[in-house]
Amino acid sequence: MAAPELLSDEGYRADGRRPAELRKIRARMGVFAQADGSAYIEQGNTKALAVVYGPHEMRGSRSKALPDRALVNCQYSVATFGTGERRRRPRGDRQTGELALQLQQTFEAAILTQLHPRSQIDIYVQILQADGGNYCAGVNAATLAVMDAGIPMRDYVCACSAGLAEDTPLADLSSPEEAVGGPRLVLALLPASGQIALLQLSARLHQERLEAVLEAAGQACRALHAVLDRVVRERLREVTALLGD
Amino acid sequence: MKATPLSNCERRFLLRAIEERKRLDGRQCYDYRNVRISFGADYGCCIVELGKTRVLAQVSCELVPPKPNRPTEGILFFNLELSPMAAPGFEPGRQSELLVKLNRLIERCLRNSRCIDTESLCVVAGEKVWQIRLDLHLLNHDGNIIDAASIAGIVALCHFRRPDVSVQGEEVTVYAPEERDPVPLSIHHMPICVSFAFFQQGTYLLVDPSEREERVMDGLLVIAMNKHREICTIQSSGGIMLVKDQVLRCSKITAVKVAEITELIQKALENDQKVRKEGGKFGFAESIPNQKITAFKMESAAVNTNNVEEQAEEIITKADPPSEVFAKPILHTPGTAQIGEGIENSWGDLEESEREEAAEEESESEAAAFECQTVETEDTSTMKETKKDEPIVLSDSEEEEVVILEPQELPRKTRTQTNLKQENTSKKAFTKRRRKKRAAY
Repeated sequence: MAAPELLSDEGYRADGRRPAELRKIRARMGVFAQADGSAYIEQGNTKALAVVYGPHEMRGSRSKALPDRALVNCQYSVATFGTGERRRRPRGDRQTGELALQLQQTFEAAILTQLHPRSQIDIYVQILQADGGNYCAGVNAATLAVMDAGIPMRDYVCACSAGLAEDTPLADLSSPEEAVGGPRLVLALLPASGQIALLQLSARLHQERLEAVLEAAGQACRALHAVLDRVVRERLREVTALLGD
Repeated sequence: MKATPLSNCERRFLLRAIEERKRLDGRQCYDYRNVRISFGADYGCCIVELGKTRVLAQVSCELVPPKPNRPTEGILFFNLELSPMAAPGFEPGRQSELLVKLNRLIERCLRNSRCIDTESLCVVAGEKVWQIRLDLHLLNHDGNIIDAASIAGIVALCHFRRPDVSVQGEEVTVYAPEERDPVPLSIHHMPICVSFAFFQQGTYLLVDPSEREERVMDGLLVIAMNKHREICTIQSSGGIMLVKDQVLRCSKITAVKVAEITELIQKALENDQKVRKEGGKFGFAESIPNQKITAFKMESAAVNTNNVEEQAEEIITKADPPSEVFAKPILHTPGTAQIGEGIENSWGDLEESEREEAAEEESESEAAAFECQTVETEDTSTMKETKKDEPIVLSDSEEEEVVILEPQELPRKTRTQTNLKQENTSKKAFTKRRRKKRAAY
């Protein structure tokens, strides 16, 4: 079975993008009134929704409360209608469990948890339409939601995926590009300091190419950061206008 | 069962040692522990020991209908189990975070890297394919489960032989091992995981962390690579912030380590192949007399004691002599002596508390008297002799006959002498008491 061309001869990808180009991003904050913070993001055809509750008192077992910092509780689920074939289990299988753990790890490093000891912050991410870069869209939506909730963070957490076509690194893979089976790198970055909160690579990538792909993912994250920053400032302007001068 | 928590001093000790680039077992920062591979009697069964961490791998196969969206590919199933015999903290049946993480890593390392050719597992397209199942069991947890598990997994897959199959038209014949030799799986490459533990926010890096080091680490980076220097998977975990340079440096170290381990694996597989062909004995049972599997051997570490004496003498001559402790008993009333001063009683004027204090002081002085060195004095010798004749009455109750301690007022009763054994008492304190007694009478 011949793999479809990732990059045409003119240097365009299957959906007409350049190798380092991101998909169109649309984001909204403050989508729900009930939750402390919520956000919705669309990256191309991937749609993700994130909702944040907290910081609030520990639910469930009090014994799990950490004496010096807040506990970040994450849940990641993909809607049953989100993929091409109907998914039987939106969450509970190993893959979504692992992604929820990674989400927790990423945000525990980014949120200033020392400011809220013995409390809990809940982050729920729902992928409404999965078209590649699902986890990254989830992380970006969660960042916006945490900002909407007013929870202090070290920096934005921007996540992006990157792949490789022959020798050219590609940024922000879509679902058909992921299905080809080439290497796929997921990077969650704090743009200001350049620190990597999460790094995950699947499928084979030669060691020599690692730096190029990492660099491409890093650039994509920084570009994403600019977009998200604009969204946050827009929202802030909106909110202050509503509240009056 | 809950795992024993790590004490603060142990944690501090480990972190300080790591800062000085020392590890508990004497390894260098980038050194691996000894890897030992042993094979079982069946094909596809092996035990890998990484230091004291032991993982058992078993591969089995079955003919099943294929997945509907992939009719010409075989099915791979990986399962890692943390047995409660590995560590007290593991409980059966409970899906812990660690288990999810390890399972996903093994799956990504072995499945997504396409190390096994699944197309070759197809027997009849759309109807019958081989399902290869790899089961990994952790037998002993001494750190770095993922490395040992990945080595065990790939070795077992390389070692495994599936039954030969022939298809004539619609008929599928599966040959038993006696009829036709079983066929090995077609494996393209061998991905091996290498773990890096980070300490102090990424300042210090250790390869192949042991169990103690894992408890104090900030985060873990796992890189899986094969000997062709292709990275099969990278996974960072634990909430550490990495920098791009660190990741690149780790990937270079991984390349070196993977080359060494792959060589070792090849040698082990060849050895086993040779032994089986020559008709020699093989399997786990053979390693019992060699104390390879069932015994837990402690290797004696050689300690260099060449100039210990000189060093010790140096230290002793430089050190100050210990100060002598002079016991100076303080007299309260005849029959009561106190060695050392307690803090002022801050409970107020309560009769009961004073009684308790008195009892405490008594026991204090007795205990101190027991520990003091005997001092030779001429005066007391005669007095001691007379006292020896009197019977020693030991009273069990500390409470009875306790009098409120008021200096210079009431004479202490003779409770002190009854509880003291003649041989152990301090002659000084003794003398003072004897003298007081005499004075009272």
